[in-house]
Amino acid sequence: MIKLFKVKEKQRAENPNGAAPIKKQSAGELRLHRDMGELNLPKSCSISFPNGKDDLMNFEVTIRPDEGYYLGGTFIFTFQVPPMYPHEPPKVKCKTKVYHPNIDLEGNVCLNILREDWKPVLNINTIIYGLYHLFTQPNHEDPLNHDAAAVLRDNPKMFESNVRRAISGGYVGQTLFPRCM
Amino acid sequence: MADSTAHVSRSRDLDKLLLRPGHLVGPTFDPGTELRDDIQEYVKILVVGAGGLGCELLKDLALSGFRNLEVIDMDRIEVSNLNRQFLFRKVKAMQPCPMSNDSNLMLIDLSIALVRVLVLLQVRLKDLRLQDVGKPKAEVAAKRVMERVAGVNIVPHFCRIEDKELDFYNDFNIIVLGLDSIEARSYINAVACGFLEYDSDDNPREETVKPMVDGGTEGFKGHARVIVPGLTPCFECTIWLFPPQVKFPLCTLAETPRTAAHCIEYAHLIKWDEVHSGKTFDPDEPEHMQWVYSEAVKRAELFGIPGVTYSLTQGVVKNIIPAIASTNAIISAACALETLKIVSGCSKTLSNYLTYNGVEGLHTKVTEFVKDKDCLVCGPGVLIELETSVSLRKFIGLLEEHPKLLLSRASVTHRGKNLYMQAPPVLEEMTRSNLDLTLFELMDKTPKDIVHVTGTTSKSDKKTSLSMKLRLVFKGVDGVADMDMAGGA
Repeated sequence: MIKLFKVKEKQRAENPNGAAPIKKQSAGELRLHRDMGELNLPKSCSISFPNGKDDLMNFEVTIRPDEGYYLGGTFIFTFQVPPMYPHEPPKVKCKTKVYHPNIDLEGNVCLNILREDWKPVLNINTIIYGLYHLFTQPNHEDPLNHDAAAVLRDNPKMFESNVRRAISGGYVGQTLFPRCM
Repeated sequence: MADSTAHVSRSRDLDKLLLRPGHLVGPTFDPGTELRDDIQEYVKILVVGAGGLGCELLKDLALSGFRNLEVIDMDRIEVSNLNRQFLFRKVKAMQPCPMSNDSNLMLIDLSIALVRVLVLLQVRLKDLRLQDVGKPKAEVAAKRVMERVAGVNIVPHFCRIEDKELDFYNDFNIIVLGLDSIEARSYINAVACGFLEYDSDDNPREETVKPMVDGGTEGFKGHARVIVPGLTPCFECTIWLFPPQVKFPLCTLAETPRTAAHCIEYAHLIKWDEVHSGKTFDPDEPEHMQWVYSEAVKRAELFGIPGVTYSLTQGVVKNIIPAIASTNAIISAACALETLKIVSGCSKTLSNYLTYNGVEGLHTKVTEFVKDKDCLVCGPGVLIELETSVSLRKFIGLLEEHPKLLLSRASVTHRGKNLYMQAPPVLEEMTRSNLDLTLFELMDKTPKDIVHVTGTTSKSDKKTSLSMKLRLVFKGVDGVADMDMAGGA
């Protein structure tokens, strides 16, 4: 197989002062690097890197919907990309408290490609488009905020006014939403 | 020495393998007592993990004649480990109690008997205090094997694998993995492949090859594989072998739970955050687990779902599959034997992936997986020679003309530092000032190193996006003769 018995001489000759400790770049980081290099966002979305240009694994995406119920609002999502990306999907949370049938008040997001339908061929771009669509087409069939989903299904007019009230800073039911316009 | 007779008898079976020539041996096999003695004296093996597999591996390797072992594990012993991690015990083995065989025993009066009972009781209490539970696995495992196998030296490392310098890993001839996570395997794989160097004809340089033997078990199933970076597929070449984790849709958990696992995941993923704002859930904290369990029970009652138990809760939350001691023994035996074969050449090695399945009947199969020649972790990458005066901007232009690359709009990263990013605009802006600096400078004047580039290639008129590994060598800088690093992934 391989000549391990160069080992004998090698162990005696080996220089103990090797190179300086080097940061290991995981395969996940390399793949993410590619995702970033090909990122192609719609005007309504932007990305920022709070830890600077060398930490791509943690970033924020800001979405400003340009149509639909949420027009005028600004919603920030945090992304945490695990070292096993893309074998595992990024963890995405909504940092902005929002009245939305598919996002709960803790910021959990119900988007199929973030969990059960994640595939390694998907990428960051796909997720951001998916999030954007949650705002243009909120979906009462996959509720995380049960009340909001029921209102959207039964009374879209009221849903619309609830959303307006929430994003301009006000109460919907018992819950106070911060202004995010 | 009384020890040496024991030693001779122990290596008797091994001698049959190591001292005699054969027809089915590896190409480098050189039988003889020198081989046996060299294995004992010079070969250093690292065992990663001191759990179910790790305990078996240490025992098997020690009994296979290896004398210089080290083991690394970050965990402490838990009660639930004891059924299979046989080097650990709850109570220190009782010393045989020196009983009097004096026939006058009957004459001993009651008070002396009572004193005896009390002494015995104290010994037991002391033993209880000496139990292994809570101690570092690596330390106890090393100690126990050294107690049982004469002549072996095992150095324990109670820490995370990431805490060790890369040099630590370079010191071993073989790394044997007894791990339970993909992430940890991926890390060790990247470290081992990082030592690999290729010559100018893209052939791996033998002395930089760091073989790994990887074992894994899940209930009645297991695998053993041999990874020889540069020659056989590395862990990353075949990462697609792992099935994706089952993840339930959040809205199912929130709205329409149907199984006990749904109730548990609801408590774990949704309810926890709702109640403990900001506090992260720690699966190793029994109180946290108990809380999730009790919330899951409430949820299950509400929806009339049976089957939520504490152990199922642990299983779902920590992704645990019950471990079977015999599976560990079988897989470890295969790994230890492969290790011996790689080291000695006494037989051809497993090529390159053994699967064992004892669920229905018993099936084993060996599959010869193939290397991904473009693997970013173990592949050679494309060798490029550069003048030290080349700016990053010019370098990116060169990539577009390079016949093997034809890479346009390239982004460049070096050892975790993003030198230039084409997109998104915010990163482009942050890295733009690097464009007019020389690449040599940006790479801290390293004479040769790996960089990774991503961009689009328009080979055969089709545009595809691509990540590539490049082995850069700067001309006219000291230390550049014929070797180039392959690692750095």
